Amino acid sequence: MDDNLKFGLALAVIGMGGTLVTLSVLGLLAGLLKKIFPF
Amino acid sequence: MFESALKGFLEGINHFSAGQAVMILVGILLIYLAIKHGVEPLLLIPIGFGAILVNLPLTELMKESEIWNEKGLLRIIYEAGILTEIFPCLIFIGIGAMADFSPLLANPRILFLSAAGQFGIFLTVILALQLGFTKLEACSIGIIGACDGPTSIYFSSRYARDLLGAISVAAYSYMALVPIIQPPLMRLLTTRKERTTRMDTLKVSVSTPVKIIFPIVVTIFTCLIAPKGAPLIGMLMLGNFLKESGVVQRLAQSAQNELINVVTLLLGICIGATMSADIFLKETTLKIFALGLVAIVLDTVCGVLLGKIMYRFSKGKINPLIGAAGISAFPMSARVVQREGQRADPQNFLLMHAVSVNAGGQIGSVMAAAIMLSTLSGMGIIS
Repeated sequence: MDDNLKFGLALAVIGMGGTLVTLSVLGLLAGLLKKIFPF
Repeated sequence: MFESALKGFLEGINHFSAGQAVMILVGILLIYLAIKHGVEPLLLIPIGFGAILVNLPLTELMKESEIWNEKGLLRIIYEAGILTEIFPCLIFIGIGAMADFSPLLANPRILFLSAAGQFGIFLTVILALQLGFTKLEACSIGIIGACDGPTSIYFSSRYARDLLGAISVAAYSYMALVPIIQPPLMRLLTTRKERTTRMDTLKVSVSTPVKIIFPIVVTIFTCLIAPKGAPLIGMLMLGNFLKESGVVQRLAQSAQNELINVVTLLLGICIGATMSADIFLKETTLKIFALGLVAIVLDTVCGVLLGKIMYRFSKGKINPLIGAAGISAFPMSARVVQREGQRADPQNFLLMHAVSVNAGGQIGSVMAAAIMLSTLSGMGIIS
């Protein structure tokens, strides 16, 4: 496997996984905020 | 004497090349698309005019010089605003001040779905690398998949300056083409039964403290995870905080109007100024446009596929079409979802759910870019 492909795959896995996890956690934090400050 | 005077008079015409003529036609085409078809006119008008200006011979508007006051007019603006990354960051303040995250906050779990709308960015990087682009060029091209002009400009102005014009024009053009690109893919990837799925009515009522605290939470959390993305996410959330705080309406109004208008004008004309014939008329430009299209197609495909997974897990309560709205093209993508939903079932109202995902896409695109920057930093590719 050449260096470029290794780089691309590593970036794809970390990038897609990182974006998914980060946005999911943000979603949970936003949900928590709504519970703390309902109205 | 008469001959030399005439030579000076005709010097511009004598230096006019076929490449410059082609680029002037490209500039006119961009202006035509903006005026006649309403394709991102705020950006394409100044970009088109900038492209015309910079391709007129001997105007020296982008002249480089060691001496500051000998530089061309557009070179000075370009170096001050684009090479320093100030313009895209200021645009983010304006976008943040205009953004309303209430639909997203009404249904925060849906933020998960916005992530899939960014997958095209990373998958396109792999393709760009295979086509011979360098790592940083490939990342800058992949960012077109964010469907977010300022992020594309921010990235390419830092890491692929020669590709800035092509990447910016591709990003804004494809954003405007979302209503044409997405529907066939949405129909291809979903069954009629899935498209007719009706979702519960979404109550978009969020308390004021939540709206005020949300941008602060996003800023702190994101900058801890991906500190390299602080200029992007920080400015976006600053703009939103100005609006939601409710006590600095003058600043929020300025960010939404004067600031973003002035910067958009200067940014557009500078991007146009990077479109000189010798830089733009290359095979590379065609590859960038092709890869940009692939990026947006992959975003849509991944979004709809994740929507289909959620459809299964929710036992048919989530319409997979809303996954296609996880890109940053707001609110175009949400409208496309609503239209496709109603095409399958005229009584189906998916708009607010799609707007939630689409608002998440605005944050998601910046987040994906921030994560990419931090990953590149971790790999030692950028400092």
